[in-house]
Amino acid sequence: MEINKNQLLRFTTAGSVDDGKSTLIGRLLYDSKSIFEDQLESVSNTSKKKGQEGVDLALFTDGLKDEREQGITIDVAYRYFTTPKRKFIIADTPGHIQYTRNMVTGASTANAAIILIDARNGVIEQTKRHTFIASLLQIPHIIVCINKMDLVDFKEEVYEDIMSQFEEFASKLLIKDVRFIPISALLGDNVVNRSTHMDWYQGAPLLHELENMHISSDINKVDGRFAVQTVIRPQKEGFIDYRGYAGRLASGIYRVGDEVSVLPSGFTSTIKSINAGEEEVQEAFAPMSIAITLTDDIDISRGDMLVKTNNQPETEQEFDVMLCWLNNEPAKPRTKYTLMHTANEQRAMIKKVVYKIDINTYDRITDDDHLAMNDIARVRVRASRRLMIDPYRENRNTGSLILIDESTNETVAAGMIV
Amino acid sequence: MNKYYLNYLDELESEAIYILREVHAQFQNPVILFSGGKDSILVTHLAKKAFYPANIPFALMHVDTGHNFPETIQFRDDLIENLGARLIVGSVQESIDQGRVQEEKGKNATRNALQITTLLDAIESNKVDCAIGGGRRDEEKARAKERFFSHRDDFGQWDPKNQRPELWNLLNGKHFEGEHFRAFPISNWTEMDVWNYIKRENIEIPSLYFAHEREVVLRNGSWIPNSEYLQLEDHEEILTKKIRFRTLGDITITGGIESDADTLEKIALEVSAMRQTERGNRTDDKRSETAMEDRKREGYF
Repeated sequence: MEINKNQLLRFTTAGSVDDGKSTLIGRLLYDSKSIFEDQLESVSNTSKKKGQEGVDLALFTDGLKDEREQGITIDVAYRYFTTPKRKFIIADTPGHIQYTRNMVTGASTANAAIILIDARNGVIEQTKRHTFIASLLQIPHIIVCINKMDLVDFKEEVYEDIMSQFEEFASKLLIKDVRFIPISALLGDNVVNRSTHMDWYQGAPLLHELENMHISSDINKVDGRFAVQTVIRPQKEGFIDYRGYAGRLASGIYRVGDEVSVLPSGFTSTIKSINAGEEEVQEAFAPMSIAITLTDDIDISRGDMLVKTNNQPETEQEFDVMLCWLNNEPAKPRTKYTLMHTANEQRAMIKKVVYKIDINTYDRITDDDHLAMNDIARVRVRASRRLMIDPYRENRNTGSLILIDESTNETVAAGMIV
Repeated sequence: MNKYYLNYLDELESEAIYILREVHAQFQNPVILFSGGKDSILVTHLAKKAFYPANIPFALMHVDTGHNFPETIQFRDDLIENLGARLIVGSVQESIDQGRVQEEKGKNATRNALQITTLLDAIESNKVDCAIGGGRRDEEKARAKERFFSHRDDFGQWDPKNQRPELWNLLNGKHFEGEHFRAFPISNWTEMDVWNYIKRENIEIPSLYFAHEREVVLRNGSWIPNSEYLQLEDHEEILTKKIRFRTLGDITITGGIESDADTLEKIALEVSAMRQTERGNRTDDKRSETAMEDRKREGYF
């Protein structure tokens, strides 16, 4: 394995148990030989106890006690597998409407989303909901898997029909890259291995797509954004004057000698050195964790941002956000929440609800400003001080925020800056 | 492909360093839970990188069951000296002596579950607000649901069904007095990733991970090391085998595997061909289907 070149791809799977989501994940793990013998043995035993013939692939994704008892996924579970080409992280999220918040969580860091459609049912409300969330969270690549093709005699017409149903409603959404694959997770057709039942399908199996899709451009390498997480001051011999600004590059490429501006103060300076761990490097790019020193002594602390002087974010106190409410407790008007954005923390409130979105029909609702669990709305947020922001569609890291309820410390909302 | 992308090990490293720096920024008194195993050694190595050239800003906390491999303790003490870090030891023996816990009885008795009380006591008495662990989501099904920043109530308990959603890179470590967090910077690493990284970085690990000759007994399909704590059963026989350990824990429950792998290259090769999960040799996980989930709810690592 050429481990020095392998990339990491994160994807989410949306769908309910009925769509065969667990079976699909089980199939990917099983056919890519990522299942260990003791896991296989334990699942075989359970399958036998339930009176099933063969191995029930869905059992590989079983999690917590309650989930096993109720046969549903409650929370996001992460699974891992590696092929000779890539390492994969699957965020396995539940598909029911009441778990929108988990889908949003899983989608927030994903490069790709797999949307499962049961070939017998075609596009249903749940498909529209999942696709909407994938587009809202700007997942760069979407793969629509039309599953259970074995139950519709592997017919091309069924596949074509679902594809056009999908394209019809998805045309209303902002989706960059979508591809369709007819599969049977149960029998393994077009998951890891090419199907022998669907000669009419010219594309590649799912795993091949996952292994080969271009993801290097998923991270913004144009706009230099670096939020300071903490300041490193060793105060030990040899490093008495060392003052390193530590953080993870949100986007862009930084080189020694680059002119940078410190926000919000606006002072400018030049990059003197860049460290990646113990190693000094000449350039660094997102998403590297680095420490930067500057040629000038400027007062910089956590939450400040170093940006390229010729390419700066907006600094705003009031802005619009697509907000997803994640908590059982509905939003309280005029209440102050703690807003976390990059390494910055401010108090903020929701000034007004511009409109809510019906995630099944994509209709805008303008006469309802009540925000409850799983609601998605465009809102106007006002922070106590200015924040350095970019639109979410241009920058996932500097365009995203969360709200925290100060009375419970819980994360109650996720926001994408418009 | 252009040169501006990270390979998967670099990306995992960058993510872990980001999390360690967040811990430092958001908490007053964080510690690294140090067991002497490869995962906690890895976390310590990553912390060194995260704060270079400064010393790591965390103390190391070791929950000592009293049933140690002597090699582990030696390794721990050398590392502490090398890092210039502070060591906090929570002793299970002391918890027993003070009557905080009762030693298990019977032939399969271990001090595994007793560690929970010792750990929570050590966290409380040292006013620790974040304990950084080397837990990985690929280890066990309950751990697959774990967050990077994982909240514990004032009883040290984990509520898996009511976890804070974790979005993008935004980690919410806010807590009330008496509560604490667990942070898991290497959540997304698999056993293979850990070995590939240890090999790449040439990280020093205890000799127990390399194949060596040792007195062992076969129990539940694993080679359990002979030690003063081992109670032999009638049919059991002490043999000398060339073995190595895939995970390190309490000496009474850590099983070895027969192996000739005596270099990092050979270990990585052996691990990639493994057909059993690494916790398959841990008798603590074999007690029931939900053994790990039950212990974790109470406050286990």
